[in-house]
Amino acid sequence: MQARDLVRRYGEGATAVEALRGISLEVQAGELVAVMGPSGSGKSTLMHILAGLDKPTSGTVTIAGEEITSLDDRKLTLLRRRHIGFVFQFFNLLPMLTAEENVLLPLSIAGTKPEQRWLDDLLSRTGIDNRRTHRPSELSGGQQQRVAIARSLVSRPTILFADEPTGNLDSRTGGEILDLLRESVDAYGQTTVMVTHEARAAAIADRVLFIADGLIVRELERATAQQVLDVMAGLDA
Amino acid sequence: MIGVALKGLLGRKLRASLTAIAIVLGIAMVSGTYVLTDTIKAGFSGLFTTVYQGADAIVSGRSAIGGGDQNGPGLAPSFDETLLPRVRALPDVADAGGNVAYPTLLVGRNGKVMAAQAGGLGFGIDPKRADDAIDPLKLVSGRWPTNGTQIAIDVATSEKKNFAVGDMIGAVASGAAHRYRIAGIVKLGDASIGGTTLAVFDLATGQRIFHKQGKLDTIYVKSKSGVAPPKLISELRGILPPTAQVRSAAAQAKHDTDNTSSFTSIIQDFLLAFAGIALFVGSFVIANTLSITIAQRTREFATLRTLGATRRQVLRSVIVEALVIGFLASVVGLFAGLGLAKLLNQLFVALGIDLPKASTVFATRTIVVSLVLGTVVTLLASLRPAFRATRVEPIAAAREGALLPPSRLARFGLPFALVTSAAAIALLLFGALDSSATTKQRLLAIGGGVLILFFGVALLAPRLVTPLARVLGAAGARFGGTPGRLAQQNAMRAPSRTAATASALMIGLALVTVVAVLAAGLKSRFEGSVHALFHADYALTSQNGFIPTGIASANALAHAPGVEVVSSVRAGEAKVFGKRIGITGTDAQMPRVISIDWVPGSAHVPPFVSKDYAKKHGLHVGSPLTLQVPSGRTLRLTIRGIIDPPKGGSPFTDVTIPNAVFDRAYANPANLYSFIKMTGGVTSENTTRLNTALQRFPDAKVQTEGQFEKSQEQGITLLLNLLYVLLSLSIVVSLFGIVNTLILTVFERTRELGMLRAVGMTRRQVRNMIRYESVVTALIGAALGIPIGIGLGALVGHAIAYPAFTIPWGTIVVFVVAAVIAGLLAAIFPARRAGRLNVLEALQYE
Repeated sequence: MQARDLVRRYGEGATAVEALRGISLEVQAGELVAVMGPSGSGKSTLMHILAGLDKPTSGTVTIAGEEITSLDDRKLTLLRRRHIGFVFQFFNLLPMLTAEENVLLPLSIAGTKPEQRWLDDLLSRTGIDNRRTHRPSELSGGQQQRVAIARSLVSRPTILFADEPTGNLDSRTGGEILDLLRESVDAYGQTTVMVTHEARAAAIADRVLFIADGLIVRELERATAQQVLDVMAGLDA
Repeated sequence: MIGVALKGLLGRKLRASLTAIAIVLGIAMVSGTYVLTDTIKAGFSGLFTTVYQGADAIVSGRSAIGGGDQNGPGLAPSFDETLLPRVRALPDVADAGGNVAYPTLLVGRNGKVMAAQAGGLGFGIDPKRADDAIDPLKLVSGRWPTNGTQIAIDVATSEKKNFAVGDMIGAVASGAAHRYRIAGIVKLGDASIGGTTLAVFDLATGQRIFHKQGKLDTIYVKSKSGVAPPKLISELRGILPPTAQVRSAAAQAKHDTDNTSSFTSIIQDFLLAFAGIALFVGSFVIANTLSITIAQRTREFATLRTLGATRRQVLRSVIVEALVIGFLASVVGLFAGLGLAKLLNQLFVALGIDLPKASTVFATRTIVVSLVLGTVVTLLASLRPAFRATRVEPIAAAREGALLPPSRLARFGLPFALVTSAAAIALLLFGALDSSATTKQRLLAIGGGVLILFFGVALLAPRLVTPLARVLGAAGARFGGTPGRLAQQNAMRAPSRTAATASALMIGLALVTVVAVLAAGLKSRFEGSVHALFHADYALTSQNGFIPTGIASANALAHAPGVEVVSSVRAGEAKVFGKRIGITGTDAQMPRVISIDWVPGSAHVPPFVSKDYAKKHGLHVGSPLTLQVPSGRTLRLTIRGIIDPPKGGSPFTDVTIPNAVFDRAYANPANLYSFIKMTGGVTSENTTRLNTALQRFPDAKVQTEGQFEKSQEQGITLLLNLLYVLLSLSIVVSLFGIVNTLILTVFERTRELGMLRAVGMTRRQVRNMIRYESVVTALIGAALGIPIGIGLGALVGHAIAYPAFTIPWGTIVVFVVAAVIAGLLAAIFPARRAGRLNVLEALQYE
């Protein structure tokens, strides 16, 4: 995935606010990239544009060789089906479906059948094998997020976007979810972009991008939580 | 706190107006009904006031048996024309004019009668006296007819059918049709006469073609100036024969208006009943919409509570909100009623009921009733949701996805629903089966039972939704892919919500099904009767099939080639056993064309009475029977037969006398039906022969058994269509209920929809999902309503002693298809909204 010169401006004229002021980045296949920044830095806007949920004022995003910023809604939807997976902060599971049905949702929306071995492997790897028939209301927050991760992986997307995946979890469960994300990158080679403000989360990434005022200001490879915290402290100052 | 409520309302304009629509429609019907019927009443009153404005007193025929005051066949008798010079000779009379009248139809250029439904009035007036401003007929252009070749017609016919002075036009009264040259164009009074046509002849011609030689029906009297009306009236009374009466012009106008207003009052009550049904359905819709919006605002109420609002304040804020919505909706409905009145009028005109109308009457009563009713219904519907809002605990403010706590009464829900439904069924069974109660009590029991049943089933419905959605949503889930499956599950997700939404539709569908079941029973019964009775080859009736027609047409057929038997049924009124009833006349030939079920011992000839009537009055073959007719004469007859008429309809009333007697007793005898037997039966030659013989009687038509059956059923069909149209209003209200629920649901599931879009659901799939859910809800309404309707139809049919029970499968299939279409229509707007959701905003939405 590639992004070039992304600018996102809200409003017009003198009152216009630039959330992104020209960001370019590249994510290699099998790489886990964390995007960090203080609130209001533009990190969420960046993720939304990368995932095709929002359009940049200028600049391009290419996923799997396709330039996505000019696609219409239908083509974008189809692109999402094939190439993009999402993990949300609030899990966003359908309450009336079982865990397994929730996992299979992207496939059934697209009208395709799961491969049974892949599904079994995925469910056991995400640790919800024995929770298949439970409904979201019968699952803990961590379990719900595991279901959401399985759902995002089930279609083997080209790229997975995780938006504050631990934001709604206690620290122990959050750690388990981060381990699972890291594991999916290692086991399946799942390209992943994660937006977070937690140093601990950023520490599992291959690369951490720091964003402030709509620009990438620092980049760390294989950073520790302490290194990340130091950079963040510098940004806040 | 009230300020918060009102500001909150402003912030939720869409949701508030969704709630309001149900009330707007119901109140529009209330207001529209009042406006329409008030306008018609004012139209009649204006018509009669201007009709009599030139006169001080009116002399008219008086029926000896009361009631019939109009100049219809067998109603008020005419009086001798020699009364007119004697009236003129009275000392206080300045002038007087007289006329004769009889229903007269104009015949168009195509040889067919005009205004067969609305009817036509015919007058014979004295041309020399016509212009002296006493007579209600006013010349608009041309001159008055002065001889037997001339006619004057009304302005509306002249304009609409393009007839001018000098043109020829046909007219048919109680005999054969003739063609006349139009001498003038006239109007009656100064107000609209609706769809009725006028045919005016000179007096002698009128008397001749109305068969009223030497007679008059009305005398308009103008007094000398300074004479008080009571004095004039008492002078007139002194010279009147027993078959005439006199009233002051004002009293006569009031009398005529009152005659018609009982009719408009029936229309009013009839329409108000449908407005009531629409409001009843509306109250379901409002209660449900408010429940949903209140559930969605759980956190808002909790926040208010944390800020120190008491439960009472929360309750008050919801109720104030409902009051404001109810009042505003009532105001909108009140004015929408003005438009609806016009639509209703067009509906009636389309059905052949074109009544006089004044300019729109917008009475204070209309305004007060509409506003109070709409506000009160909304208030009542808001009580339950309002009390639930008070149950929100302050802690809910801090929780993600806090739910409205269940009502304190929730655990009694099932027993209460069962008890309510059982009470309703008990009431219904009493109404339907207890033959010792009066029909009125029974129908009241049934009416009350139906209302309670709807409540009971609505309360039970949440428990039925899940199985029903499983069955009814199966097709969508099977063939609609994931959107279909999700829609089915969405419908089962909040069973009470889906149940309330479907219940509103259930009411409308149950009622149309009752109507369909009763109509099907009525029709099949009627057809059964016709098949059993009809032994003739042809039937002869008036063009519209139920207005009696002059006997000349049947007499003309008697001499047509090939005709073996013509036997007629006359219709009139008489007083028998102290009561004014409709009677019929017939002749000894009748058994050759109509199969009559005679009680043993009967001679197969009139006079005969029905079995029930004989039982009621202790009559036997050989009993004396005394009838008093409108002219005051008394007929003393001996019963020769007793008949057992079929339940589905009989050509005879309870009392039937010989036509020969009938024709001597009634001035202008008229036939309801004639039946004809011909050599060779029904053939195209025979039909041609009959039609040739009828050429000069365009007011009558010859029909085969099948045609006769159809034409007689037209009344049922007409009423059926009217009921469908009026009930469709409550169905429309319930559709808005579906729209409301779906929109609120889409709103509530914003983030969920965002997620679905994010994981690859196309806009079209989202829209389909909403459509399927809507259709499933509509089908649940149908699945609840149609069986209830069939059951109620059977019970009501039983209660009105009406044994035929037929399930109109074809119609029911149409209703189910209509429910599906209704579901699709209701989904249009919500589906579009759901499809348009911005994925990004949906995901960020809190």
